[in-house]
Amino acid sequence: MIAEIGLAVLWMAAALAVLQLFAGFSALRPGGKALAGVVRPLAVMQGVLVAISFLALIDLFLETDLSVKLVAANSHSMKPFIFKLAGTWGNHEGSMLLWITIMAVSGGVVALVEKRLREDTLIATLAGQAFVSLGFYAFLLLSSNPFERLPEPAPEGQGLNPLLQDIGLAFHPPTLYVGYVGLSVAFSFAIGALITRDVGPAFARAMRPWVLGAWIFLTVGITAGSYWAYYTLGWGGWWFWDPVENASLMPWLAATALLHSCSVLASRNALRAWTVMLGVIAFSMSMVGTFLVRSGILTSVHAFAVDPERGSFILALLAIYIGGALALFGIRASTVTEGERFSLFSREASLVFNNVMLCGILGIVLLGTLYPLMTEAFGAKVSVGPPYFNPVSAIFAIPMMLMMGVGPLLRWRKDKPSRITATVAIPALVVALVLLAVVLMFPSIRILPMLGIAVGAGLAVGSWLPLRGRNLRRTPFAVWGMVVAHCGLGVALLGAASESAFSTERLAAMNVGDTQSVGPIALKLEKIEPVAGPNWTAIEATVTASYKGGTPVTLHPQARTFTSPPGERTESALHTRWTGQLYAVLGNEGDDGRWQMRFWWKPFVPLLWLGGLLVAFGGLLALIGRVAQDVKRVRVNDKIAFRKTQQDMLK
Amino acid sequence: MSSNPSGGIKPKHQRLVLIIVALVALVGAGLLAAYALSNQASYFYVPADLVKAPPEQGRAIRLGGMVEKGSLKTRSDGITIDFIVGDGKARVPVRYTGITPDLFVEASGVVAEGRMEGQTFVADNLLAKHDENYVPRQMGDMTPEQAKQVVAETQ
Repeated sequence: MIAEIGLAVLWMAAALAVLQLFAGFSALRPGGKALAGVVRPLAVMQGVLVAISFLALIDLFLETDLSVKLVAANSHSMKPFIFKLAGTWGNHEGSMLLWITIMAVSGGVVALVEKRLREDTLIATLAGQAFVSLGFYAFLLLSSNPFERLPEPAPEGQGLNPLLQDIGLAFHPPTLYVGYVGLSVAFSFAIGALITRDVGPAFARAMRPWVLGAWIFLTVGITAGSYWAYYTLGWGGWWFWDPVENASLMPWLAATALLHSCSVLASRNALRAWTVMLGVIAFSMSMVGTFLVRSGILTSVHAFAVDPERGSFILALLAIYIGGALALFGIRASTVTEGERFSLFSREASLVFNNVMLCGILGIVLLGTLYPLMTEAFGAKVSVGPPYFNPVSAIFAIPMMLMMGVGPLLRWRKDKPSRITATVAIPALVVALVLLAVVLMFPSIRILPMLGIAVGAGLAVGSWLPLRGRNLRRTPFAVWGMVVAHCGLGVALLGAASESAFSTERLAAMNVGDTQSVGPIALKLEKIEPVAGPNWTAIEATVTASYKGGTPVTLHPQARTFTSPPGERTESALHTRWTGQLYAVLGNEGDDGRWQMRFWWKPFVPLLWLGGLLVAFGGLLALIGRVAQDVKRVRVNDKIAFRKTQQDMLK
Repeated sequence: MSSNPSGGIKPKHQRLVLIIVALVALVGAGLLAAYALSNQASYFYVPADLVKAPPEQGRAIRLGGMVEKGSLKTRSDGITIDFIVGDGKARVPVRYTGITPDLFVEASGVVAEGRMEGQTFVADNLLAKHDENYVPRQMGDMTPEQAKQVVAETQ
């Protein structure tokens, strides 16, 4: 019964989306004002219905209702609770339902709370949101129905892929999806503003919190995903330039650019067409990345929900939305009037520079991701990896990060170089000294990590300088947010560069009782014994590790064997110190009874994820600041309006 | 962009300059990417191709084929293995140091990432079948005859 309710509610929501589209469309035509009032309630109702549908699917998974095809194929009655819950979105259909849920709910929230925008632009935005949603409703209902019943209930579910049975599954996909799909709001805002020709500071101020919110989730999602891949794949790497990873990076790059150009538009009424364009591109990147991987055209180590048969459906959707939005942009771009002017040496110009650099990186990642597809058309099978992505993106990333030390110090519109030279000298000196120190002390490391360490250190220090001369108590939250986020990027870069420059690895076949060392750490294999979990058994090694002769700690790397479905997974063991992280993996038993063990000592690698979280935290600070500001502004306006009416009445 | 924002240049010109800057940067990125891709992309080989037209030494490539039955040997350090990858037409010796994937066994498919050193393919990474549903895509790309040949050869 629950499955039927879920499906019916989903169809109803799709019907509401059709209504929302047409009501919004006719409300924008002359004489169609009558329908203007229903668009907001329709959007809210649509969000509620889809949420109910998603809850129904969660309930089916928690109950392990094996008469539902999706549950039988992906769940198991013996699975721990958290994986039953997370299993809801650990498959193609469920994750598509999550996608549409976020899309409809965020549309509903926009309809509920957005008061700053011109009413006709908002209606156009909601109509746009409905239009985008419809494609995904069609995709879900016509070709990926999550509520499909089996003719006969299955005796037992097939279980969840062992690689996914990790706490990461509970957090990473939902956060990432909120980020991906949250960008659909920016997309719809851009379309709405193009339709009503309302591109201006008010539009940017209204769009900014939504972009910021999606961007925060995207940042957290990418950071969490990187850490999950790091500890679960057992390869010791945290970023592989795999298509799935690039699919999350590309919208993040576009959203970062959008966020900054939004600021320019909101504060200075410049970069109008550019901001709208980025609004379109950001969500287009979400769709391109996700669906290239989903359709099975590109393969990935992280892909869990590939569905090659629906490839053409997906490509058609992409063509309609991206092509449609770009066509609309092409038609309307000339009606977007030029913004305010600014000088070559100004905050705006530095933001333009970084926007262009971000788009350059985006282009490089996109080309690298698509290149295997292009060559395959000519019969050559290639793969593109770090030797391409790292140096080529660094060519754009390093100037960008250097500029991040300068841009925030500049004034809007026009500034004098002499005003900031003394301040900029501080991070410049840090970069130069660190670079010199690294070159002298570690001449053997490669050039990219060298530059990464120097630039990361400079950015981590230089990002605080915009606070100089400010009253810290009165500094707006948005400025704090910028400072923290920029510092976070520097910290993350330091972690990444240090990992790449200083990691040491030890591979060895060991008997119980043998000792080894990796970096500053002495290791001893104490014992190997079988252990059992709720739905797995494992061989577990007990390894003691002592840092520079200090008190030993114990690590338990495992090789797990899952029963439902059958599968194997190495469970790495980590020991984190403030100077770095020890990473231990248990391999196979050799013919001679020795066990293969693999250890890494990765100095300062935790800074990488700490930096990612700092970036997200900076975004959160900025979001709080912006929303509080808007609330205040609305209150003041209300008060003014109220006094005015009172005065009128007195007269 | 003018040095004097209050006069002189027209907004229209500023927009034009911005568009040109963006285009130049993007075209630059594109050219750079195209150049780097043609140098850095790693090509996929089956043993027959590798023997027919060997790539330059040390260039990153990938090799796909079947692990020949009875060819897998572990060296005395316990972590370096030698095996032979074949496709029914040619055979390539492969060396790998590290922990093998769980389902890496003889007489099954493998894709190795690495480079040629002399006549030996030195692998940095092995991608084996994850489970019965997962086949490295390049294995799936072999023509049915190729696959059949490979299986017949190695069984």
